[in-house]
Amino acid sequence: MASTTPIASPPPAPAPPVTRKSTSTGRAGDKVFLGLSRGSGILLLVIMASIAVFLSYRAALAISKDQGNFLTTLDWNPAGNPPVFGIAVLLFGTVVSSIVAMAIAVPIAVGIALFISHYAPRRLAAPLAYVVDLLAAVPSIIYGIWGALFLVPYLEGLNLWLDEFFGWTYIFEKTEIGVARSLFTVGVLLAIMILPIVTSVSREVFLQVPQMNEEAALALGATRWEVIRMSVLPFGRSGVISASMLGLGRALGETMAVATVLSPSFVISLHLLNPGGGTFAQNIAAKFDEANELGRDALIASGLVLFILTLLVNGAARLIIARRKEYSGANA
Amino acid sequence: MAKRIDVSGLSAFYGSHKAIEDISMTVEPRSVTAFIGPSGCGKSTFLRTLNRMHEVTPGGRVEGKVLLDDENLYGSAVDPVAVRRTVGMVFQRPNPFPTMSIFDNVAAGLRLNGSYKKNRLAEVVEKSLKGSNLWNEVKDRLNKPGSSLSGGQQQRLCIARAIAVEPDVLLMDEPCSALDPISTLAIEDLIGELKERFTIVIVTHNMQQAARVSDRTAFFNLSAVGQPGKLIEIDETERIFANPSVQATEDYISGRFG
Repeated sequence: MASTTPIASPPPAPAPPVTRKSTSTGRAGDKVFLGLSRGSGILLLVIMASIAVFLSYRAALAISKDQGNFLTTLDWNPAGNPPVFGIAVLLFGTVVSSIVAMAIAVPIAVGIALFISHYAPRRLAAPLAYVVDLLAAVPSIIYGIWGALFLVPYLEGLNLWLDEFFGWTYIFEKTEIGVARSLFTVGVLLAIMILPIVTSVSREVFLQVPQMNEEAALALGATRWEVIRMSVLPFGRSGVISASMLGLGRALGETMAVATVLSPSFVISLHLLNPGGGTFAQNIAAKFDEANELGRDALIASGLVLFILTLLVNGAARLIIARRKEYSGANA
Repeated sequence: MAKRIDVSGLSAFYGSHKAIEDISMTVEPRSVTAFIGPSGCGKSTFLRTLNRMHEVTPGGRVEGKVLLDDENLYGSAVDPVAVRRTVGMVFQRPNPFPTMSIFDNVAAGLRLNGSYKKNRLAEVVEKSLKGSNLWNEVKDRLNKPGSSLSGGQQQRLCIARAIAVEPDVLLMDEPCSALDPISTLAIEDLIGELKERFTIVIVTHNMQQAARVSDRTAFFNLSAVGQPGKLIEIDETERIFANPSVQATEDYISGRFG
């Protein structure tokens, strides 16, 4: 009797409050956190959707009044009578300058990243990585000014050389006299601007290659370059692609630097060294202030195309990364 | 091809820390030699000095001599890369190249050594996979990634990769410690077959494994944490397990420490 009562009543009584208390605070925390994270996720979708709706609505207004073909017209005159404008030149200029930038920046960035992660002595690697990161801290208007005052005059020599020896490629044939305010120069400038982001993301990926992957190659008698080819680059491939896409995103949308360097014109020419051309962002920056209502809507329509282009590029990058997922280093 | 290893007065360092001190031993060709000892006694470090992998670690440094037949691996004119092509290694955790197919994994070492004709390459890959008892399990999916195999299969794939280049010596650093008992048994059987062709050195934490697979056993120990590891004794495996000449060996084997 004396033993059953203490066992029966007191222990169950204190025990439940303790557990209930701890789980209930846990549940409240879970709820708050669930709400926060779900809210942020939904907010993101709402923002994306409202940007898309806003751009589409204003763009539709403009395109319905366009008397030219919005996709193919080589002119931008929304204030004219009749209003005529098209994005062909802008699409061409944006894509071409970004391709030039990627072609220059990605190999150099991968080289720098490999040097910092696998070749440089540690005393040198850290400062070098810091200097490259510092390039990213320079505001783009500074790049623009530097590009216009330094790059444009000093690239003329390179232009002449390219014209003389690679003129037969058509791309590097310079048919117009004029300073180097060309898509090629813009591409070079963009390459410098996207170098730090591509470099630092690639470097981080290369540093994450598991030691056992590198030792697998070393133990087979691989030289340092062979280790990089067999272990580091395959592991880092998808990372380098993502890094390039981040850079490409910046190159596609870069505004001030391009607007400062380029001398805009509404022609499409594959002679990349000729001055002229235009990009979406540069065109918007140059024309937005003076545009009338239709002009602004027309610029917004061009912005919508840039938006879609960026989405497509990112989607393509994801496809490339996903396609070889079972071969990627991530599931090793 | 199997060669004798002759180590004399070998010490290895990580920066200023001496990890192993003054080790001398002889490893006979076409035999299995097992290294046992408590954690941190330097047996893995010593193994990695035998193919010059130790110096890959930042600060890694070696003093002393390792003769492979009559050639000193640490001679001034010797290229460590060339050493690693003749002394193969299998690691604790299976490490196939994750982005390569099964075929390419086995062919990787061959391709480093020069160009092979396609048929010749396929022959060597088949022979190596048969040599590691993996052929029947993978012959229909040679172009699937190596990382799609089970752990035990991956380890046998790594053995196939190592023996494909016909090394003089095969080093194994706890090759079964990440595997289940069935896979372990498969690897142990394989070691028994491979010793017909190669000189094999295996580090193991599992004393039964050492007793099962090895002809000779070396016991390593360290006097205290932070002190360098030393070779206590090396002898016929039967003697080491039945009647060792040093008390510490008997204490370790009978489970009194370690």
